[in-house]
Amino acid sequence: MTDHDHHDHDHHDHEHAHAPPQPDDKVHSYYQILGIALKELLIEKGVVSADEVRRQIEHRDSITPANGSLVVAKAWADPAFRQRLLADGNAAVAELGFHMTTTKLVAVENKPDEHNVVVCTLCSCYPRDLLGLPPSWYKSRAYRARVVREPRAVLAEFGTHIADDVALRVHDSTADMRFLVVPMRPAGTEAMSEAELAALVTRDSMIGVSLPDQPGH
Amino acid sequence: MRGPHDVGGLPDGPIETESHPLTFWEKQIDGLRAAVGAKGLVNTHENRAAVEALGDDAYNTLHYYERWTATLCRQMIQKGLLTQDEIDERVALIRQRLADTGEIESEGAAP
Repeated sequence: MTDHDHHDHDHHDHEHAHAPPQPDDKVHSYYQILGIALKELLIEKGVVSADEVRRQIEHRDSITPANGSLVVAKAWADPAFRQRLLADGNAAVAELGFHMTTTKLVAVENKPDEHNVVVCTLCSCYPRDLLGLPPSWYKSRAYRARVVREPRAVLAEFGTHIADDVALRVHDSTADMRFLVVPMRPAGTEAMSEAELAALVTRDSMIGVSLPDQPGH
Repeated sequence: MRGPHDVGGLPDGPIETESHPLTFWEKQIDGLRAAVGAKGLVNTHENRAAVEALGDDAYNTLHYYERWTATLCRQMIQKGLLTQDEIDERVALIRQRLADTGEIESEGAAP
């Protein structure tokens, strides 16, 4: 198997393969060929197997922000769980079957007078075990550079306007520590089930660049 | 002195707030790195240090997964798992394969 057998790869999303080149998709650049070469050689030498690579891709694809949404919804619905989540993120998410492989998870809670937002200024550290792979803008130089200096302006670019009297805290992730923002529960959701609540919790609201959806929208 | 990765607080332009999905190639590199990591061959800290050691030019011109490809290549050589010669040979072979199948190749030259 080679990378160029991708037309008959069953786990491959054809829409993406045939989409116009993206900013990170320089077709057949030197590095793209180098990547294919490394994969072929490492598999041929038995350093990793083709199946192990495939399984890793499948595993990454299986983790979506819906996992994080379940955590937040439970925190909204269950005050005791919320306390446990804020006290020990790893232990709390493990209750729901989510496991942070090698990193410490710190949950930070938005309040009427405090809004939290997450970045990794040095690279791309992100709670992948809970939210999947980070969005492309999270890895961009512009986001990493600016959000620690002018977070209000950056959030405004995402369409999120935080009042001046609300404190804005920016959390810089590390290789060892990942953050999850617990947004404020929207008003008018008192009668909602956890599943209904989870549907309101967006990826970006758990990074802190936006707010959760409002019920009925 | 700031390394090229140390951008927190620096001025920059507008943020492209819409995320684009990973390409097939990007997913392959992500999966390959994860598989190598799962074997205990390279850990997160080594990866971070390797990307930071790419140098200003490479860091600033390469895309995200190109940086990871460059570092994985160096790491595999450093750890004695692959040699530069066999990598060069395979790159040439793949170029030929792409040419043979009529797939267009951009001029992207080796650094």
